[in-house]
Amino acid sequence: MVSRTTVLGVVLRTFVASFLLALAVVVIYPLLWMVLNGFKTNSELFGNPFALPVQFTWENYAKAWNRGVSSYLMTSILVTVTSTIATVFISAWAAYGLTRMHIPFSRTVLALILGGLMLAPAVALIPLVKMFQALGLYNTFWALLILYVAFRIPFTTFLIRAYMVDLPLEIDEAAAVDGAGKARAFWSIVLPMCKPILVSSVILNVLFTWNEYLFAMVFTSGGDLQTLPIGLTNLMSKHGTEYPVVFAGMTIAAVPVILLFFLTQKYFVKGLADGVGK
Amino acid sequence: MSAPLRTAPNRTAAAPLPPSTTEAGVRRRRRPRGWAWVAPALLLLGAFVYLPLLQNLQYSVMKWDIYAGGSSFVGLANYEKLVGDPVFWRALFNNSAYAAVSLLCQVFGALLLPALVEGLRSERWRRALRAIYFVPSAISLTVAGLLFYFVYEPELGILNALLRGVGLDSLTQAWLGQEGTAIWAVIAMSQWQGFGYSTLLFAIAIQRIPQDLFDAASLDGVGPIRRFFQVTVPLTREMTGLMIIVTLSGAFQVFNEVMVMTSGGPNNSSQVLVTWLYRMGFGRNDFGYAAAIATVIFVLTLGIALLQLAITRKRRVEW
Repeated sequence: MVSRTTVLGVVLRTFVASFLLALAVVVIYPLLWMVLNGFKTNSELFGNPFALPVQFTWENYAKAWNRGVSSYLMTSILVTVTSTIATVFISAWAAYGLTRMHIPFSRTVLALILGGLMLAPAVALIPLVKMFQALGLYNTFWALLILYVAFRIPFTTFLIRAYMVDLPLEIDEAAAVDGAGKARAFWSIVLPMCKPILVSSVILNVLFTWNEYLFAMVFTSGGDLQTLPIGLTNLMSKHGTEYPVVFAGMTIAAVPVILLFFLTQKYFVKGLADGVGK
Repeated sequence: MSAPLRTAPNRTAAAPLPPSTTEAGVRRRRRPRGWAWVAPALLLLGAFVYLPLLQNLQYSVMKWDIYAGGSSFVGLANYEKLVGDPVFWRALFNNSAYAAVSLLCQVFGALLLPALVEGLRSERWRRALRAIYFVPSAISLTVAGLLFYFVYEPELGILNALLRGVGLDSLTQAWLGQEGTAIWAVIAMSQWQGFGYSTLLFAIAIQRIPQDLFDAASLDGVGPIRRFFQVTVPLTREMTGLMIIVTLSGAFQVFNEVMVMTSGGPNNSSQVLVTWLYRMGFGRNDFGYAAAIATVIFVLTLGIALLQLAITRKRRVEW
C-alpha cells in the first residue's frame, strides 16, 4: 500500500534531486561556455551564444599562448613553487620550535605568529609599497616571493603545529636516546611523520599563490614579470576585441588548478578537515 | 587569507619538555637553539606584516606632497575627510551587502546543501555533485570575474540570451554597466565562485557527526527536516561559527572580482573599501587618505577576529 507520506517523500526527493542537478548545471555551464568560446571565431561569438563552435581548432589557444600566456604561466609556476616550498619549510620549523623546544616567551611567540591570521593584507599595502621601493625590490620576483611567504606563514604554521602537537613526544625521546640531535630528529623523524599535513599545506598554498591578485597587481604590474591573474587582465585590455583569445587564455589558466584539485582531492579534503575542522 | 582562527593562540602550545631534559643546564644550552627554529617566521612576520601595519597607522595622520616630495603631520584630517566622503560610505555599504549575501549563501546555504546531497541515495551522485560544486572555487577569482564579465555582457553574454530565450526580454540589461545593478552582479558572481568551498567544509563537518545520532533520530520517527534542525544544525555549530567569521572578514577585504569586473564603476557605484583604497593610493597618490581607509579595514577585520576569539574562549571554558 502506498501511504501518503511515501508519496510526499517521493515528491520531495524528486524536487531536491532536480534542484541539486540544476545547481550543478549553473556551476558547470559557464565553465563549459568558457572552454568552447576559446574555439570560436569572433563572429561566431557574437552569434548565438549557446551554439557549438563550427570547428575545433587550437588557433586561439596558440595565439593566447604566444601573446604572453606562456610567460605568465612560467612566472606563476616559478612564484608558486618557490613560495610554497619556502612557506612550508619555515612554517614547519616554527611549528617544531613551538611544540618541541623550550623557548622563552613561547606563548607570546605563538600569539605573534598565529595573530597574523587576523590581519588583512590590504591594510599593509601602502607602507609595503614604500618599503619595497626603498629596498629596490618593487616590480621584482623577490617582492612577490617575500610577501607570499610572510603572509602565508601564520596559516601554514597553524596547520602544521596542530598536527605536531598530536604526535607523541616519545618519538623525539627515542631519537634523543639514539643520539640524534634536535635537527636530526626534525628532518628524519618528525617531518616525515607530518607528511599528510605537509601535503595539504602544499596544496592550499599552491591554490592561494596561483590565484592571488592584490599583491601581484600592485607589486609587479609595471614590470615584465606578471603572474597569470595579472597577465589575463592585460590580455583582455590589450586584445580586447579578440575575445576568443581571451577565453582561451582563461581556460589555460584554469585547467592546471582544476586538474590539481581532482588529482589531489583526497588529500585536499583531508587537509581542510585537519586544518579547519579540528 | 581566509583562515581558521579557531585555535586560540593562548592554547598552551609547546608541550613541556620531557622531565629528563628539563634540568637547568640543559635548558640554558637549549634556549638559543629554540629561538633559531622560530626566528625565520618571526623575522618575516615582523618586517613584512607587523611593521607595515604600524606604519600604516602613522601614514594615516600624514599628508604627502607629491610635488615637493615630503610629508607632514595633519592629525585626524584624513579621517575627517573619510567621514565626509560619499564614496567611502557607498563602499562600506557595498561591503556590508557583500557580507549579508555571503552569509546567506555561503554559510546558511552551504550548510543546507551538503545535508541535501547526503540525502541522495546514489553514492556516485553524491561524490560527483560534491566535486562539481567545488570546481569554481579552484579557478581563480580573476578567471571567474572575467568569465562573468562576459556572462553579463549585454550582446554576447549568456544571461541576457537566456532571459530572451524564456521570453523575459524586458529583464535584459547591461548588468555591470548600470549603477543600480553593478555591485549586485559582482556579488552574485562571488557566490557562484565561493559557495563550493564552504559547502565542502560543511560536508566534512556533517560527515563527522556520528551516524548513530541520525539513526536514533530516524528510529524515533523524526523526519529529515526536523533531523536537519535537531541533529545537523546543533552539531555543526562550531563550523558554522567559524564560517560566519571567515565570511564576514572576507567580505570586508573584497578586491579582486570588483577590480576585474567593474573597477568600482560605473560612477563609483560598485566601489568597495579596498578598491577605493587602491584608487586613492595609486590613482591619486593620496597615501595618507588611503592609509586612513586601510585603518578602517584593519579595525573592522580585527574586531571580527577578536569577537571570534572571545566566543571560542568562552565556549572552551563552558566545556
